[in-house]
Amino acid sequence: MTASSVAAEYNWLFWILVVVCGVVSTGIAFVVLYSAWYFRRKRDNELPPPSISNSVKMEAAWTLIPLFLFMGMFAWGAKLYFDIERPPDDAEQIYVVAKQWMWKTQRPDGIREINELHVPVGQSVKLLMISQDVVHSFYVPAFRIKQDVLPGRYTSIWFRAIKPGKYHLFCAEYCGTNHSQMIGWIYAMEQPQYQAWLQQGAAEGSLASDGEKLFHQGGCANCHHFDGHGPGPDLRGLYGTTVELADGTTTVADDVYIRRKLMDPRATTVRGFDKNVMPNFSKLVTEEDAIQLIAYIRSLGPAPTAPSSIGTAPDSYGKQPGIAYPGAGPIVNHTPGMQ
Amino acid sequence: MTTPQAPPAAPSHIDYLSERQGIWPWLLTTDHKRIGLLYTASITGFFFIGGFFALLMRLHLLEPKGALFGLETYNKLFTMHGIIMVWFFLIPSIPGTLGNFLIPMMIGAKDLAFPKLNLASWYVFMTGGIVTLYSMLRGGVDTGWTFYVPFSTTYSTAYVAGAAIGIFIAGFSSIMTGLNFIVTIHRMRAPGMTWFRMPIFLWSMYATSLVLVLATPVLAITLLMVIFERLFRVGIFDPSLGGDPVLFQHMFWFYSHPAVYIMILPAMAVISEIIPTFSRKPIFGYTAVAYSSLGIAVVGFLVWGHHMFVAGLSVYSAMAFSFLSYLVAIPSAIKVFNWTATMVKGSVSWDTPMLYAIGFLGLFTIGGMTGLFLAALGIDVHVTDTYFVVAHFHYIMVGGAVMGYLGGVHYWWPKISGKMYPEGLARLSALIVFIGFNLTFFPQFILGYLGMPRRYAAYPDEFQFLHVLSTAGATILGVGYILPLCYLIWSWKYGKPAGRNPWRATGLEWQTSSPPPSHNFEVTPVCTHPAYDFEGMKEELELA
Repeated sequence: MTASSVAAEYNWLFWILVVVCGVVSTGIAFVVLYSAWYFRRKRDNELPPPSISNSVKMEAAWTLIPLFLFMGMFAWGAKLYFDIERPPDDAEQIYVVAKQWMWKTQRPDGIREINELHVPVGQSVKLLMISQDVVHSFYVPAFRIKQDVLPGRYTSIWFRAIKPGKYHLFCAEYCGTNHSQMIGWIYAMEQPQYQAWLQQGAAEGSLASDGEKLFHQGGCANCHHFDGHGPGPDLRGLYGTTVELADGTTTVADDVYIRRKLMDPRATTVRGFDKNVMPNFSKLVTEEDAIQLIAYIRSLGPAPTAPSSIGTAPDSYGKQPGIAYPGAGPIVNHTPGMQ
Repeated sequence: MTTPQAPPAAPSHIDYLSERQGIWPWLLTTDHKRIGLLYTASITGFFFIGGFFALLMRLHLLEPKGALFGLETYNKLFTMHGIIMVWFFLIPSIPGTLGNFLIPMMIGAKDLAFPKLNLASWYVFMTGGIVTLYSMLRGGVDTGWTFYVPFSTTYSTAYVAGAAIGIFIAGFSSIMTGLNFIVTIHRMRAPGMTWFRMPIFLWSMYATSLVLVLATPVLAITLLMVIFERLFRVGIFDPSLGGDPVLFQHMFWFYSHPAVYIMILPAMAVISEIIPTFSRKPIFGYTAVAYSSLGIAVVGFLVWGHHMFVAGLSVYSAMAFSFLSYLVAIPSAIKVFNWTATMVKGSVSWDTPMLYAIGFLGLFTIGGMTGLFLAALGIDVHVTDTYFVVAHFHYIMVGGAVMGYLGGVHYWWPKISGKMYPEGLARLSALIVFIGFNLTFFPQFILGYLGMPRRYAAYPDEFQFLHVLSTAGATILGVGYILPLCYLIWSWKYGKPAGRNPWRATGLEWQTSSPPPSHNFEVTPVCTHPAYDFEGMKEELELA
C-alpha cells in the first residue's frame, strides 16, 4: 500500500519499529518464560540461593540502550512528520470545508465535490481546511495522512498520490451522530483521465468569479473601492502583502488574515483605517463563501505601483448602485448540491 | 470468629469483618479496610456496567452496518463505557480498594491519617457515580469520554452537563484519597520503616497520589468550563465568540494523560509486590524501581501534547512533546527489565497472582511498545484516532491496570477475606482472561494499521473479519471476568481458612492475622528488615 509519496517511508519506519519492538519483546518474553519454567518452585518452602539483586551496570545498560533506540525512533519519526506536514512549493491548493456530516471540496477552477475528491497522480495537492461546526479530521489511510479540521481556523495537509486508485476518506475525529457516515473517496487518476474528468465537470465559474459575485451581493464594494478612497482599504494587490496595523505591528494578508477580517473584524485594525467600520460577517457568510471571497481578493492582481493609481481592476465595481448593505438580507449560498 | 467476646479493654482480638455487623457499622465505618471493601463493591458494580456496554458495542460491530443499534445509541454506548471505566472504575480501582486496605498495614499503622476524610471520599465518589448514572438513565451522553468542544458545548443535545457534573464531583474523592495517602506515607510509618525499606507498592502509590492531587483540579476546572460554556455561552472554547477549541484539548489532556499514570502506577505497585513474593527474591534494582515511579509521575505531566499531533500543533511543539514522550517511556522500560530480572534465579511459583503478573508483563510490554509507535510523530499521523490507539490503550489499561488489579485481588484475598480462593479455577480464569484479552484487542492493532477509525458505528466491509475476531474475544474475556466474581464470593463463605501468611511473604501486612483486627496489629510492629528480605526472614517464614 504505497499510494502516496510518503507511504513507502511510512511503511518502512512502521515495520522497522515492529521488528525492533518485536525482538526486544521476544527477548523479555523468553527470559520471563524461561525463568518461570527453569526456576519454577520445586517445594513449598524453597528459598532460592542468594543472587545479586541490584547492579548499577545493568541498570545503566537497560536505561541507556532503550534511550539510544528511542532517540533513533524520535528522530526518524520527526523527519517523516516534517515530510508529511510541509507541502512542497508546487502544490496545487484545494479548499476543504467540513461540516456535520460531509466533506466539501472547492478548487480554484470552481469545481466542487461532496465526499469525493479527484486528484491527478504525481501532482502535489495542498488542502486548506476549515470546519463549519465541530472538530473533524481528514484522514486518508492509504496516503498515511490525517489532519484535524477545526472551526474558526485553517489547518492544512498535503499529499502526492503516486498510484491511481480509489481510496477511503474518513472523518477520524468523533463529530456527532453520523460520524461514521462522514466518509468518502479520493480518486487518484492518471493525467489523461484526470483532464477528461476536468472537462466533464467544468464549473460555470471559477472560485474567484463566485467570490466576485459574493463581493457585490454582500456589499463589500460599498466600502472597498478600487480607487483607494473608500471607507475601507483598497483590496487590490492585498493578498500576500504585509499589512501595517494600527498598533504598530504587521501581519501578512494571507487566507487566515482575510478570513479573520470577515469573521472577527475587530481583532485587528489596519493603519489608516482606525475607525474600523468593517461589519462582522460571521453570521452571514459560510466558510465556503469565505474561501470564495479570499480567492477573489487573491485574483485581484499584484499591488498597484502607487496607492493612488487606478489599476486595471474594474473600479466601477465600487460604484455599482443598488447593492444592499450587509445585514439587509442573508447571502444566498449558491453552492450546488448543498443540503 | 469463634473467640468468645473479649472484655472491652482488648477489642483488637476481633477481626475487622466480624467486629460490628449490620448496615450502619459498615456505611459509617472509618476503618480503612472496610472502606476499601466499600470501594471494592462499588467499582465492581461500575466495572460490570461499563463492561456490559462494551459487550453491546462488540456485538453491534459484528456486522459492517451495525447489528443492533442506531448510530446515536452506539455513540452513547462508547461514551458511557469510557466515562464509567475511566472515572468510576480505573481511577479509583487499585487506590480505592487495595490502596485503602494495604497502605496502613504495609507501613504498620492503625489506619490512614484522616479516616473520616477517607469515608467522605467514598460518599463523594458514590454521589458522583449516581449523578453520572442518572444522566445516563435520562438519555445518556454522546460526546465520547473526551468531551471535545465545540461538539460537547454547542452541538450535542444529550445530557452533557449532568455527566460532567458527576465526574466533577467524583474528582474530589480522588483528591481526598491522594491527600490522605501522601500524609499517611509521610507521617504514619512504623518505627524502623524508613523510606527505603518501604515496599515498592508504597512508592508507587505515593507517586500515584501526587498525580491525583496535582492533576485532578485541572480536570475539575476544565469540566466547569465546559458546563459554563454549554449553559451560558461564555466563549472560552467557541471560535465564533473568540474562543479556541484546541485550548480545551490542551486542558483536557493535561489531566487525562497523567490520569493514565493514575491507572497504571497502582498496577505497577501490585506487580512489584507479586513478583518478589512469588519469586522469593528481593525486587531487582529496588532504588531504580522506586525512583522510576516518581520519574513517571513528574515527566507524565509534560507529555499531554502527544494526544494532539494532528490537532493543529506547530511542528516544533509536536517535536518537543514527541521527545518527552520517549523520555517518559524510559522509567516504564526500567521497571519491566527489573521485574524480569527479579524472576531470574528465583523460586518461581505458578500461583494465580503470579500468572496475572506474568500476563501483565506480556501485555504491558506490548502496550508500552505500541506507545513508542504513537510517540513517533510521523507514525502517529496515520494510526492516531484509529483502532490502533484503541488497542494500545486497552493493552495498558486492561492488559496492564486490570490484570494488575486482578492479580492484587487474588494476592491479598487471603488477607482481606481470611479465606483461600479455589486455586485451580482461579488459574483457569487467569488463562481465559489472557486469551480472551488478546483475541479481543490484538486484531484491533491490525484494524488500526489498515485505517479503521475509532468511534465508528458502521464500517466498510473489508474490516469485518477482524471485528468478528475481536467480538469473539470479548465474549471469552467476559467469561474470564465473571468467573472470579463468582468464586471469590463463594470463597468468602466456603473457602479454606488462609492463615496469617499463606504466600510466605515479607510485608508487614502478612504479620498480622487474616482477616486483620480492626486496628491491624495487636502491638505496633517494628520494621527490622529491608523490603523483600527473604534471606533475613527465612526462619520466621520457615524457608530453607
